[in-house]
Amino acid sequence: MGDSAIMITFGNEIKYDTHKKIKAFMDSLENDPFVGLIECVPAFINLTIFYDPLVVYNLYKKRNKTESMSPYKVVSSIIKKRLQQIDSNQELIHRTVSIPVCYGGEFGPDLEYVARHNNLTTDEVIYIHSNGEYLAYMIGFAPGFPFLGGLSEKIATPRRPSPRTAIPAGSVGIAGAQTGVYPISTPGGWQLIGATPMKLFLPNDNPPSLLQAGDIVTFSPISQDEYNETVLKGEGQ
Amino acid sequence: MSLRVIKPGLLTSIQDLGRKGFQKHGVIVSGAMDAYSLRIANLLVGNTDHEAVLEMTLMGPKLKIEKDCLIAITGGNLSPAIDGEPVPMWKPVFVKKGCTIKFGPCKSGCRAYLSVAGGYAIPEVMNSKSTYLRGELGGYKGRALQADDVISFNEQSHHQSPLSKKEVTESFALANWSVNYKKFLPLSESPIIRVTKGSQFEYFTESSKNECAKMPFTVSNQSDRMGYRLSGPALKLTHKHELLSEAVSNGSIQVTPDGNPIILLADRQTTGGYPKIAQVITADLPLIAQVKPGQSIRFSFVTLEDAESLYLQKERQLKELKSAVSLAFKNK
Repeated sequence: MGDSAIMITFGNEIKYDTHKKIKAFMDSLENDPFVGLIECVPAFINLTIFYDPLVVYNLYKKRNKTESMSPYKVVSSIIKKRLQQIDSNQELIHRTVSIPVCYGGEFGPDLEYVARHNNLTTDEVIYIHSNGEYLAYMIGFAPGFPFLGGLSEKIATPRRPSPRTAIPAGSVGIAGAQTGVYPISTPGGWQLIGATPMKLFLPNDNPPSLLQAGDIVTFSPISQDEYNETVLKGEGQ
Repeated sequence: MSLRVIKPGLLTSIQDLGRKGFQKHGVIVSGAMDAYSLRIANLLVGNTDHEAVLEMTLMGPKLKIEKDCLIAITGGNLSPAIDGEPVPMWKPVFVKKGCTIKFGPCKSGCRAYLSVAGGYAIPEVMNSKSTYLRGELGGYKGRALQADDVISFNEQSHHQSPLSKKEVTESFALANWSVNYKKFLPLSESPIIRVTKGSQFEYFTESSKNECAKMPFTVSNQSDRMGYRLSGPALKLTHKHELLSEAVSNGSIQVTPDGNPIILLADRQTTGGYPKIAQVITADLPLIAQVKPGQSIRFSFVTLEDAESLYLQKERQLKELKSAVSLAFKNK
C-alpha cells in the first residue's frame, strides 16, 4: 500500500476464523511494536500496518551501516518473522457490549418498511434484532462506527434507494445483511429501525470508541421513557 | 490575545501533522494537506516541525496581529501583505503589534501555511491539534475560523529570533535569507504526480491501466480536504469485484463504479470499499495539495523503491534545512 503501509491479507471472505487470525496478529504487534510502527487497522479480511519509513531507515542504517536498503523490505521481513510466531489456535477472548435501543417511532422511521419487506410484524423485527449476537469485525467509515456481522437473514433489507442527507447520531440501522449504529450524524442510506442513547464515539476518552474490533454486540429494547431518562442523566456519555 | 480574525477566508483551519494512532477506532487522521510546507513554516520560526499552523485555502484570511511575533508563510502564493505592503514567503518575518496580515489573489498553488514562533495555543485532542471538520473536534472549537475568533500564541520557552530588534523600524522586518522552496514544492500548471500500483491495480483492464498512466485527468470542483475527484477516461474493471471495506491511506486512488478516480487526502475516511488503482507517493502528496479544482494532472508510475528513495531524499533535504535555519538563528 505505497511507501508507508503494508496490507496483509488473511482470507478472502468474511469468516470468524479469518477475523481471529487478524485480531491475534494485531494484538501481538500492539503488545510488542517494532520500531517505526505507527498503527494497525483491522478490516474484514486484512490488516493494514502503517509505519514511518524514516524511523525504520535510520534504525537499520545505524545497525547495519548500510545506506542502500528499502524500509518496505525491512518491515516485510519483520512481519514475516512475526507471522510465524503467531499461535492462531488460541481462542480469542471477546468482550460483550450491550447497547440499549429504543425501536420504532421517531427513532426508527424505517421499522415498518423493514417489517413489510420481510413479511413480519414490527414486534417480530425487534425480537429478531434484539436476540442476535453480533461480532464487530472492524471499526471504520466514521469514528466509532462498527461493521457488525451476524444479522439474521429474516430481517435483512436493502438500503434506501436514496440516502438521507443527515442521520442523527445514535441511529440503529440495517443495510442488506449488515446492522450498525451511527456514532455521529452523517449522510447515509441505511434503513433506520431505532436509536440508542449510548455514545459510541468518545473523543475525550482513550480509547475514543465504545466498541473495538472483536467485541460481541447485543441490543436490548428500551422504552422511549428509558431512552429520555438515560439522555437526561447523561449516562450515555 | 494574539491574533484576531477579521475575515476568515474560504477555509482557514488549524492543522498539524495529523491525528495518528486512532484509525482503528474510525478516527480520521486530518492534518496539513501539504505537510512539507507546514514543516518548513515551523522550522523557519524555530518551532518543532509538527507544531500546529494555520492552513489557508485559495482565498486567504485577513488577520489582526495583537502582539509582536515572528511568523513565516509557506505553501501556495495567496499574495500575502502586511499593512498593504507585499510580504515575501519562505522566510522568517518579524511582525509588530497592531499590523494587519491580508491575503489576496491566489497566484500559485492552492494552500498556504502561516506559522508563529511558539505555536498557537490550541488544546490537543487525541494527541493532535488538527481540526477534524466533519467530526467537529480538534483545532479551534472543532471548526474552520470565523470572523472575530481570537487565537493566542504560546509563550516561547526561550526567546530567539533570526532578527535583532533594532532592525525593526517599519511594521515588519524580514530575514535576509529564505528557503529554496522549489525543491520541496515544484509547482506547475499541469503537474505530474508519481504513483505506485494500488492494491487492486490488477483488477483493471489493460487499456484502463494504460490510460491511468498516460492520460490527463481534471480535478473537479467537488474536491476538498477529504479527497480530489478526477474526471478523465473512465477506468474499467476486467469484471465486477465485490470488495470488502478495508483500510485506505493518504493518497490512495479509489475508482468509483462510474469509472472516475478519487484521490483520498487528509480528511479521508479510515476505510473504503472501492478498488484502488494507484497510490500517490508520500513525497508528491504536497504537490496534489497545491492543485486547484479545474487544473489537470497526469500520473506517472514509479517503483516502490523509487517512492522510498524520493521520500528519504526529501527527509534529508528537510534535515539540512533545519540545520541551516538553526545556524541562521545563532548567527543573527
